[in-house]
Amino acid sequence: MLGALIIVFREVLEAGLIVGIVMAATRGVDGRGRWISIGIAGGVLGASIVALFAGAISQAFEGSGTELLNASVLAIAVVMLMWHNAWMARHGREIAAEMKSIGTAVSEGAKPLTALAVVVGVAVLREGSEVVLFLYGIFAQGTTGSALLIGGLLGIAGGAAFTGLTYFGLLAIPTRHIFSVTSWLIALLAAGMAAQSVQFLNNAGFAEVLGRTVWDTSWLLSEKSIFGKLLHTLIGYTEQPSELQLVVYIATLFAMYVLMRVASYRPQRPVAA
Amino acid sequence: MRRHLILLGFAALVTFTAAPAQAQEYVITIKDHKFTPEELKVPANQRVIITVINNDDTAEEFESSVLKVEKVIAGKSRGTVRIGPLAPGKYPFIGEFHEATAKGVVIAE
Repeated sequence: MLGALIIVFREVLEAGLIVGIVMAATRGVDGRGRWISIGIAGGVLGASIVALFAGAISQAFEGSGTELLNASVLAIAVVMLMWHNAWMARHGREIAAEMKSIGTAVSEGAKPLTALAVVVGVAVLREGSEVVLFLYGIFAQGTTGSALLIGGLLGIAGGAAFTGLTYFGLLAIPTRHIFSVTSWLIALLAAGMAAQSVQFLNNAGFAEVLGRTVWDTSWLLSEKSIFGKLLHTLIGYTEQPSELQLVVYIATLFAMYVLMRVASYRPQRPVAA
Repeated sequence: MRRHLILLGFAALVTFTAAPAQAQEYVITIKDHKFTPEELKVPANQRVIITVINNDDTAEEFESSVLKVEKVIAGKSRGTVRIGPLAPGKYPFIGEFHEATAKGVVIAE
């Protein structure tokens, strides 16, 4: 039971963390609960579909279907996170300034909410399909399954609890700082996802350049440990990154920074003295 | 200075000629949540193609952070990953869904 709990928790952790950050990032925006729920529901549905066709998917594209699916799904998430941050760079200050009266921003607010719903959906889809397959495997084994199944369900509950922990942890940040903190978190999240995406492409036989390992910090912090896994999701920590991963990571951060600067630019109006 | 340049050129030549060689293909099968072979020898400094065939009824996750691979393979299914170029050494991998039995190592030499 404990084994199943740990395996499922490990898978759910990443999605849980992302949902928590997204919830904190949309604090005070109307209708976010609905959009995040849509994202989670869509992700669970998608995960079940992916799990159902897992055999067909993994055999597609000469055995690299799973990698290509993962790479594209991560790429979509990166684009959506960039969109969100650009939008926030433009409108975040208004929202933070008038946390309670953002009536006008709500219609505009729907835009990054769809983007973030997609990010949540994608996170749940990726980790969820693995959980579904794992739990199905337990189920198929029959008799000894029930204890394992309980373990699995507890693992999911643990992941959900972690979402709450992340969310309330971030809420402890003073309101005027929360958007810059979540913007940074989202930028790092996106960079990590981009680096992961390019590694999946590499496993599929694309982007086969700069394959050398830049460093090895497995002695310091294993990616398998819970803390390593957390940092992996949060900032894209990789114990043995390839040169390509590092380049893509930095390029994504840079692109994000430029995009946010451009988005927040407004022609200065003369201020009455 | 000139000598350095020649050395550099030679180094570049070696790198470029060593890199693109044809990737070799290997097969690992899963049965009863165990890998066969459990020790896979592959050439170092080359791309390697590994096809994992899962003969069990249940899914397995072929995973190794050192090989930079994470791939779920459904029951009665197969999947292919491309890895490397690997420096000479041992690279352990596991089947994450059955970690107690599903263990193996890629040896690059």
